[in-house]
Amino acid sequence: MLGLLGLSPGLFALFVVFGFMVGVFFGFFGMGGSFLVTPALLILGYPAPVAIGSSMTFVFGTAVIATLKHHDSGQVDYRLGGLMFVGIALGIEGGSRLVFGLEALGIADAVVGVAYVLVLAAIGLLFTRSALNDDGDEDETDDGGEADESSDDDVPAIAQRIQSYDIPPMMTLADGQQASLWTISGVSAGVGVISGFLGVGGGFVRMPAIYYVIGTSLAAAVGTSLFTGLLSGGVGAFTYGRAGVIDLGIVTALLVGSALGARIGSGATAYVNEDDVTIYFGVMLLVASAAVALGEGARWLSMPVLDQVSFVLLVGSALFVCSIILYHGALAVRRERGPSSV
Amino acid sequence: MTGTELLPGASPTLAALVVLAVVVLEAGLLHAGYGIVEDRLGPVVFKRIARR
Repeated sequence: MLGLLGLSPGLFALFVVFGFMVGVFFGFFGMGGSFLVTPALLILGYPAPVAIGSSMTFVFGTAVIATLKHHDSGQVDYRLGGLMFVGIALGIEGGSRLVFGLEALGIADAVVGVAYVLVLAAIGLLFTRSALNDDGDEDETDDGGEADESSDDDVPAIAQRIQSYDIPPMMTLADGQQASLWTISGVSAGVGVISGFLGVGGGFVRMPAIYYVIGTSLAAAVGTSLFTGLLSGGVGAFTYGRAGVIDLGIVTALLVGSALGARIGSGATAYVNEDDVTIYFGVMLLVASAAVALGEGARWLSMPVLDQVSFVLLVGSALFVCSIILYHGALAVRRERGPSSV
Repeated sequence: MTGTELLPGASPTLAALVVLAVVVLEAGLLHAGYGIVEDRLGPVVFKRIARR
């Protein structure tokens, strides 16, 4: 069977393990696919179109699995996701045109590289700050309970302030919150521009944008972001599929691991208190920002060793956060189902 | 193995659609398969974690 897929058993096992880690991320955070898989495939020596095409198709497949799992928990706002997809598709077109324009000026690589570093760092800071503030708030009120179900408290303060501006037409989200269609369209187009400009799937921008700007619970933001990723990943996979550069062996091996990881990651959202993990996620994005900066430095300074350091930082921080999710998941299960709670 | 190798001579659009269909099928089967495993092994795993 492995011969049919064109992979050696060792490489197949490596992809399964890597897929598991990405799946946990995908299931828990609704992101983490392309920005981990594409560099890994490039480091393993796959040509860029095969790496990007296979990564995008894998993200699509994982998004299908993770969306199915979140659907079971009622955490997907299909109407919001479908609406966002339209804005994102238009934004991607605008973002890619911007890149072509910069390419004509000969500054595309530098601008895109710097923008990628800044966006990752900004989102990382946002999550870290928000987690630290939440910790401060909780010190006063926390009674040590388990993860909260959806409520107004789940929507961050910044999103509640945005929702307070009543700019019609308004849309009722699946969790009962109200959001202006202008906000949704603006966020979708903005996410699409960033996604098209940076050439990434965009889950790491999409999910925080839904959570912090449109204003849903974190679980709904993850589920809806996954559904939107499924739609845009499908379009991307189709485009690369037409070019014949998708390696089904890689995609299959990664999916075998990620399907299990996504189940565990999605399941963990029901047990793990988001605040316990959010800070690690923020720190991971900050580390990823440093890793991308090192990767850019490797190109400018012609020092390939920086590329390897960058990869180790990226995968190492992801592995660390993945372990933290599993650890907190196990702790939460013990707390809920342990002898003292029976 | 790419879509082109899977269906030699097929149009790019058909090859791309077949690749997508294969991935969706794999995803569906894996979701269902792991679902059965979860139903069977989940309670046992939860019990073991709770006992530790």
